[in-house]
Amino acid sequence: MSATILAANCPPDDPGFCSPTVNEFFPKPLTEFSLLGVDFEITRITVISWLATAAILAFFVLSVRRPQLVPRKLQWMGEAAYSFVRDGIAREVIGREGLRFAPYLAAVFFFIVANNVMGIIPFAQISPNAKIALPAVLAGVTYLLFNWVGIRSQGVGPYFKGIAFPPGVPKAMYVLITPIEIASTLIFRPLTLAIRLFANMFAGHLLLVIFALGTVYLLQVGNFSIIFAPVSFVMAIIMTFFELLVQILQAYVFTVLTATYLAGALEEAH
Amino acid sequence: MSVLAEINGSIETLGYGLSAIGPGIGVGIVFAAYIQATARQPESAGLTRTYLFLGFALSEALALIGFVVPFILN
Repeated sequence: MSATILAANCPPDDPGFCSPTVNEFFPKPLTEFSLLGVDFEITRITVISWLATAAILAFFVLSVRRPQLVPRKLQWMGEAAYSFVRDGIAREVIGREGLRFAPYLAAVFFFIVANNVMGIIPFAQISPNAKIALPAVLAGVTYLLFNWVGIRSQGVGPYFKGIAFPPGVPKAMYVLITPIEIASTLIFRPLTLAIRLFANMFAGHLLLVIFALGTVYLLQVGNFSIIFAPVSFVMAIIMTFFELLVQILQAYVFTVLTATYLAGALEEAH
Repeated sequence: MSVLAEINGSIETLGYGLSAIGPGIGVGIVFAAYIQATARQPESAGLTRTYLFLGFALSEALALIGFVVPFILN
Protein backbone atom coordinates (compact mmCIF):
# COMPACT_ATOMS: atom_id res chain seq x y z
CA MET A 1 0.00 0.00 0.00
CA SER A 2 2.55 2.57 1.16
CA ALA A 3 5.11 1.48 -1.41
CA THR A 4 2.76 2.23 -4.29
CA ILE A 5 1.89 5.65 -2.92
CA LEU A 6 5.51 6.51 -2.31
CA ALA A 7 6.66 5.34 -5.70
CA ALA A 8 4.61 8.16 -7.17
CA ASN A 9 6.50 10.73 -5.08
CA CYS A 10 9.86 9.63 -6.39
CA PRO A 11 11.27 10.66 -9.77
CA PRO A 12 11.02 7.52 -11.94
CA ASP A 13 14.65 7.55 -13.04
CA ASP A 14 16.04 8.14 -9.52
CA PRO A 15 17.84 4.98 -8.38
CA GLY A 16 18.24 6.22 -4.78
CA PHE A 17 16.14 5.40 -1.74
CA CYS A 18 12.83 7.31 -1.66
CA SER A 19 12.16 8.20 1.95
CA PRO A 20 8.52 8.46 3.03
CA THR A 21 6.99 11.93 3.07
CA VAL A 22 3.98 13.60 4.62
CA ASN A 23 1.90 12.43 1.64
CA GLU A 24 1.80 9.10 3.47
CA PHE A 25 -0.87 10.68 5.69
CA PHE A 26 -3.06 11.96 2.86
CA PRO A 27 -4.39 8.87 1.09
CA LYS A 28 -6.77 9.14 -1.85
CA PRO A 29 -10.35 9.71 -0.65
CA LEU A 30 -12.63 6.71 -1.12
CA THR A 31 -15.60 9.00 -1.54
CA GLU A 32 -16.22 12.70 -1.07
CA PHE A 33 -19.31 14.81 -0.64
CA SER A 34 -20.29 18.33 0.25
CA LEU A 35 -22.67 19.17 3.08
CA LEU A 36 -23.78 22.75 3.81
CA GLY A 37 -20.79 24.09 1.92
CA VAL A 38 -18.27 21.97 3.82
CA ASP A 39 -16.30 19.40 1.86
CA PHE A 40 -15.97 15.97 3.45
CA GLU A 41 -13.52 13.32 2.35
CA ILE A 42 -13.88 9.73 3.49
CA THR A 43 -10.37 8.25 3.33
CA ARG A 44 -9.16 4.88 4.56
CA ILE A 45 -8.00 6.61 7.76
CA THR A 46 -11.60 7.67 8.44
CA VAL A 47 -12.77 4.09 7.92
CA ILE A 48 -10.03 2.82 10.27
CA SER A 49 -11.24 5.25 12.92
CA TRP A 50 -14.82 3.96 12.53
CA LEU A 51 -13.63 0.36 12.82
CA ALA A 52 -11.60 1.08 15.95
CA THR A 53 -14.52 2.89 17.58
CA ALA A 54 -16.93 0.09 16.65
CA ALA A 55 -14.53 -2.53 18.03
CA ILE A 56 -14.10 -0.85 21.41
CA LEU A 57 -17.86 -0.18 21.65
CA ALA A 58 -18.65 -3.81 20.83
CA PHE A 59 -16.15 -5.02 23.43
CA PHE A 60 -17.68 -3.01 26.28
CA VAL A 61 -21.31 -3.60 25.24
CA LEU A 62 -20.77 -7.35 24.98
CA SER A 63 -18.87 -7.50 28.27
CA VAL A 64 -21.77 -6.03 30.28
CA ARG A 65 -24.72 -7.27 28.24
CA ARG A 66 -25.64 -10.06 30.64
CA PRO A 67 -23.89 -9.17 33.91
CA GLN A 68 -23.57 -11.98 36.42
CA LEU A 69 -22.57 -12.00 40.06
CA VAL A 70 -19.70 -14.35 39.27
CA PRO A 71 -18.29 -12.79 36.08
CA ARG A 72 -17.49 -14.87 33.00
CA LYS A 73 -14.30 -14.30 31.06
CA LEU A 74 -15.52 -11.42 28.86
CA GLN A 75 -17.28 -9.62 31.71
CA TRP A 76 -14.19 -10.00 33.85
CA MET A 77 -12.05 -8.42 31.11
CA GLY A 78 -14.44 -5.49 30.71
CA GLU A 79 -14.58 -4.89 34.45
CA ALA A 80 -10.82 -5.15 34.85
CA ALA A 81 -10.32 -2.67 32.01
CA TYR A 82 -12.76 -0.16 33.46
CA SER A 83 -11.48 -0.49 37.02
CA PHE A 84 -7.93 0.10 35.80
CA VAL A 85 -8.97 3.62 34.80
CA ARG A 86 -11.41 4.12 37.67
CA ASP A 87 -9.06 3.06 40.48
CA GLY A 88 -5.68 3.49 38.80
CA ILE A 89 -6.23 6.94 37.33
CA ALA A 90 -9.43 8.64 38.55
CA ARG A 91 -9.15 7.70 42.23
CA GLU A 92 -5.35 7.81 42.33
CA VAL A 93 -4.90 11.24 40.71
CA ILE A 94 -8.06 13.17 41.64
CA GLY A 95 -9.17 11.38 44.78
CA ARG A 96 -12.69 10.47 45.92
CA GLU A 97 -14.14 13.36 43.88
CA GLY A 98 -12.59 11.82 40.79
CA LEU A 99 -15.00 8.90 40.61
CA ARG A 100 -17.50 11.29 38.98
CA PHE A 101 -15.09 11.65 36.06
CA ALA A 102 -14.20 7.96 35.77
CA PRO A 103 -16.62 7.39 32.83
CA TYR A 104 -15.13 10.27 30.85
CA LEU A 105 -11.56 9.21 31.60
CA ALA A 106 -12.29 5.58 30.70
CA ALA A 107 -13.98 6.63 27.45
CA VAL A 108 -11.01 8.81 26.48
CA PHE A 109 -8.47 6.14 27.44
CA PHE A 110 -10.06 3.27 25.55
CA PHE A 111 -10.98 5.39 22.55
CA ILE A 112 -7.35 6.48 22.22
CA VAL A 113 -6.03 2.96 22.82
CA ALA A 114 -8.32 1.50 20.14
CA ASN A 115 -7.38 4.18 17.62
CA ASN A 116 -3.65 4.04 18.42
CA VAL A 117 -3.36 0.27 18.22
CA MET A 118 -4.73 0.47 14.66
CA GLY A 119 -1.22 1.71 13.83
CA ILE A 120 0.16 -1.84 14.07
CA ILE A 121 -2.89 -3.92 13.08
CA PRO A 122 -2.09 -5.54 9.71
CA PHE A 123 -3.83 -3.95 6.69
CA ALA A 124 -4.85 -0.89 8.72
CA GLN A 125 -1.25 0.05 9.68
CA ILE A 126 -1.97 3.70 10.35
CA SER A 127 -3.39 5.30 13.46
CA PRO A 128 -6.18 7.87 12.94
CA ASN A 129 -4.41 9.80 15.71
CA ALA A 130 -1.49 10.32 13.32
CA LYS A 131 -3.57 13.11 11.80
CA ILE A 132 -3.93 16.18 14.01
CA ALA A 133 -7.76 16.28 13.71
CA LEU A 134 -8.63 13.54 16.18
CA PRO A 135 -6.15 14.51 18.96
CA ALA A 136 -7.21 18.15 18.52
CA VAL A 137 -10.87 17.29 19.12
CA LEU A 138 -10.01 15.14 22.14
CA ALA A 139 -7.79 17.86 23.63
CA GLY A 140 -10.53 20.44 22.93
CA VAL A 141 -13.12 18.38 24.81
CA THR A 142 -10.74 17.99 27.76
CA TYR A 143 -10.00 21.74 27.68
CA LEU A 144 -13.70 22.66 27.77
CA LEU A 145 -14.36 20.08 30.50
CA PHE A 146 -11.66 21.15 32.94
CA ASN A 147 -12.46 24.83 32.51
CA TRP A 148 -16.18 24.14 32.97
CA VAL A 149 -15.50 22.02 36.08
CA GLY A 150 -13.26 24.74 37.50
CA ILE A 151 -15.86 27.46 36.91
CA ARG A 152 -18.63 25.27 38.35
CA SER A 153 -16.76 24.25 41.49
CA GLN A 154 -15.00 27.53 42.30
CA GLY A 155 -16.94 30.24 40.47
CA VAL A 156 -15.75 32.29 37.50
CA GLY A 157 -13.81 34.92 39.49
CA PRO A 158 -11.94 32.67 41.93
CA TYR A 159 -11.15 30.11 39.22
CA PHE A 160 -9.44 32.57 36.85
CA LYS A 161 -7.88 34.41 39.78
CA GLY A 162 -6.40 31.11 40.97
CA ILE A 163 -4.91 30.55 37.52
CA ALA A 164 -3.50 34.06 37.09
CA PHE A 165 -2.37 34.66 40.68
CA PRO A 166 -1.32 31.37 42.28
CA PRO A 167 -1.27 31.80 46.07
CA GLY A 168 1.88 31.67 48.18
CA VAL A 169 4.02 33.75 45.82
CA PRO A 170 5.71 37.05 46.75
CA LYS A 171 3.75 40.01 45.28
CA ALA A 172 6.61 41.25 43.10
CA MET A 173 6.96 37.88 41.40
CA TYR A 174 3.47 38.18 39.87
CA VAL A 175 4.97 40.36 37.12
CA LEU A 176 6.79 37.25 35.92
CA ILE A 177 4.45 34.49 37.02
CA THR A 178 1.05 35.75 35.84
CA PRO A 179 1.78 35.76 32.08
CA ILE A 180 3.51 32.39 32.30
CA GLU A 181 0.68 30.80 34.28
CA ILE A 182 -2.07 32.18 32.02
CA ALA A 183 -0.24 31.03 28.89
CA SER A 184 0.60 27.61 30.26
CA THR A 185 -2.86 26.83 31.63
CA LEU A 186 -5.11 28.32 28.98
CA ILE A 187 -3.00 28.01 25.82
CA PHE A 188 -0.24 25.43 26.15
CA ARG A 189 -2.20 22.76 28.02
CA PRO A 190 -4.58 21.90 25.16
CA LEU A 191 -1.88 22.49 22.53
CA THR A 192 0.67 20.12 24.07
CA LEU A 193 -2.04 17.57 24.86
CA ALA A 194 -2.99 17.38 21.17
CA ILE A 195 0.53 17.68 19.74
CA ARG A 196 2.02 15.02 22.04
CA LEU A 197 -0.45 12.35 20.96
CA PHE A 198 -0.35 13.39 17.31
CA ALA A 199 3.46 13.59 17.11
CA ASN A 200 3.95 10.21 18.77
CA MET A 201 1.65 8.46 16.34
CA PHE A 202 3.05 10.40 13.37
CA ALA A 203 6.66 9.59 14.28
CA GLY A 204 5.82 5.97 15.02
CA HIS A 205 4.14 5.46 11.68
CA LEU A 206 7.04 7.03 9.76
CA LEU A 207 9.50 4.87 11.70
CA LEU A 208 7.70 1.68 10.70
CA VAL A 209 7.38 2.84 7.08
CA ILE A 210 11.11 3.67 6.92
CA PHE A 211 12.14 0.18 8.02
CA ALA A 212 9.56 -1.59 5.86
CA LEU A 213 10.54 0.39 2.76
CA GLY A 214 14.21 0.02 3.66
CA THR A 215 13.83 -3.77 3.60
CA VAL A 216 12.21 -3.66 0.16
CA TYR A 217 14.81 -1.23 -1.18
CA LEU A 218 17.77 -3.25 0.10
CA LEU A 219 16.34 -6.40 -1.48
CA GLN A 220 15.82 -4.68 -4.84
CA VAL A 221 19.00 -2.62 -5.11
CA GLY A 222 20.86 -5.58 -6.53
CA ASN A 223 24.33 -5.53 -4.98
CA PHE A 224 25.97 -6.76 -1.77
CA SER A 225 23.67 -4.61 0.39
CA ILE A 226 21.07 -7.38 0.18
CA ILE A 227 22.74 -8.85 3.30
CA PHE A 228 21.48 -5.84 5.29
CA ALA A 229 17.84 -6.41 4.34
CA PRO A 230 17.20 -8.88 7.20
CA VAL A 231 18.55 -6.31 9.68
CA SER A 232 16.04 -3.74 8.46
CA PHE A 233 13.27 -6.34 8.56
CA VAL A 234 14.08 -7.38 12.14
CA MET A 235 14.15 -3.72 13.16
CA ALA A 236 10.67 -3.28 11.64
CA ILE A 237 9.40 -6.17 13.77
CA ILE A 238 11.07 -4.88 16.94
CA MET A 239 9.76 -1.37 16.31
CA THR A 240 6.24 -2.76 15.88
CA PHE A 241 6.34 -4.07 19.44
CA PHE A 242 7.94 -0.85 20.65
CA GLU A 243 5.09 1.03 18.98
CA LEU A 244 2.53 -1.04 20.89
CA LEU A 245 4.21 0.12 24.12
CA VAL A 246 4.24 3.75 22.96
CA GLN A 247 0.61 3.63 21.83
CA ILE A 248 -0.70 2.39 25.17
CA LEU A 249 1.67 4.69 27.10
CA GLN A 250 0.47 7.75 25.18
CA ALA A 251 -3.17 6.88 25.85
CA TYR A 252 -2.26 6.55 29.54
CA VAL A 253 -0.38 9.86 29.53
CA PHE A 254 -3.28 11.66 27.85
CA THR A 255 -5.71 10.30 30.45
CA VAL A 256 -3.44 11.03 33.42
CA LEU A 257 -2.88 14.60 32.21
CA THR A 258 -6.64 15.06 31.77
CA ALA A 259 -7.14 13.80 35.33
CA THR A 260 -4.39 16.10 36.63
CA TYR A 261 -5.99 19.13 34.97
CA LEU A 262 -9.39 18.15 36.42
CA ALA A 263 -7.83 17.77 39.87
CA GLY A 264 -6.30 21.24 39.53
CA ALA A 265 -9.66 22.70 38.51
CA LEU A 266 -11.47 21.05 41.43
CA GLU A 267 -8.94 22.26 43.99
CA GLU A 268 -10.06 25.28 45.96
CA ALA A 269 -7.65 28.19 45.71
CA HIS A 270 -6.16 28.79 49.14
CA MET B 1 30.85 39.12 2.87
CA SER B 2 32.67 35.89 2.16
CA VAL B 3 31.06 32.56 2.97
CA LEU B 4 33.14 30.64 5.47
CA ALA B 5 30.97 27.55 5.83
CA GLU B 6 27.90 26.21 4.11
CA ILE B 7 25.54 23.35 4.81
CA ASN B 8 23.48 21.73 2.08
CA GLY B 9 20.97 18.91 1.98
CA SER B 10 18.44 18.04 4.66
CA ILE B 11 19.28 20.54 7.36
CA GLU B 12 16.12 19.60 9.31
CA THR B 13 17.83 16.40 10.47
CA LEU B 14 20.31 18.64 12.33
CA GLY B 15 17.38 20.42 13.95
CA TYR B 16 15.99 17.13 15.16
CA GLY B 17 19.38 16.17 16.58
CA LEU B 18 19.59 19.45 18.47
CA SER B 19 16.04 19.14 19.77
CA ALA B 20 16.74 15.61 21.03
CA ILE B 21 19.60 16.64 23.36
CA GLY B 22 17.46 18.31 26.02
CA PRO B 23 14.73 15.66 26.18
CA GLY B 24 17.41 12.94 26.22
CA ILE B 25 18.94 14.41 29.35
CA GLY B 26 15.51 15.14 30.81
CA VAL B 27 14.14 11.63 30.33
CA GLY B 28 17.34 10.24 31.85
CA ILE B 29 16.94 12.41 34.93
CA VAL B 30 13.26 11.45 35.28
CA PHE B 31 13.96 7.72 35.26
CA ALA B 32 17.07 8.07 37.43
CA ALA B 33 15.03 9.93 40.05
CA TYR B 34 12.30 7.28 39.92
CA ILE B 35 14.78 4.43 40.38
CA GLN B 36 16.45 6.26 43.23
CA ALA B 37 13.14 6.98 44.93
CA THR B 38 12.03 3.36 44.55
CA ALA B 39 15.34 2.03 45.88
CA ARG B 40 15.11 4.25 48.95
CA GLN B 41 11.42 3.67 49.57
CA PRO B 42 10.13 0.59 47.70
CA GLU B 43 6.55 1.13 48.93
CA SER B 44 6.37 4.46 47.10
CA ALA B 45 6.78 2.83 43.65
CA GLY B 46 3.05 2.93 42.88
CA LEU B 47 2.65 6.41 44.29
CA THR B 48 5.33 8.00 42.11
CA ARG B 49 4.63 6.01 38.93
CA THR B 50 2.05 8.58 37.77
CA TYR B 51 4.61 11.36 38.09
CA LEU B 52 7.19 9.19 36.32
CA PHE B 53 5.01 8.94 33.22
CA LEU B 54 4.03 12.60 33.47
CA GLY B 55 7.64 13.77 33.62
CA PHE B 56 8.64 11.36 30.88
CA ALA B 57 5.84 12.51 28.57
CA LEU B 58 6.42 16.20 29.22
CA SER B 59 10.14 16.08 28.45
CA GLU B 60 9.74 13.71 25.51
CA ALA B 61 7.23 16.07 23.87
CA LEU B 62 9.99 18.55 22.97
CA ALA B 63 11.89 15.99 20.90
CA LEU B 64 8.71 15.00 19.12
CA ILE B 65 7.88 18.60 18.29
CA GLY B 66 11.40 18.94 16.90
CA PHE B 67 10.69 15.86 14.78
CA VAL B 68 7.36 17.13 13.41
CA VAL B 69 8.24 20.77 12.70
CA PRO B 70 10.47 20.08 9.62
CA PHE B 71 7.61 18.11 8.04
CA ILE B 72 5.19 20.98 8.66
CA LEU B 73 7.59 23.62 7.31
CA ASN B 74 8.39 21.66 4.15
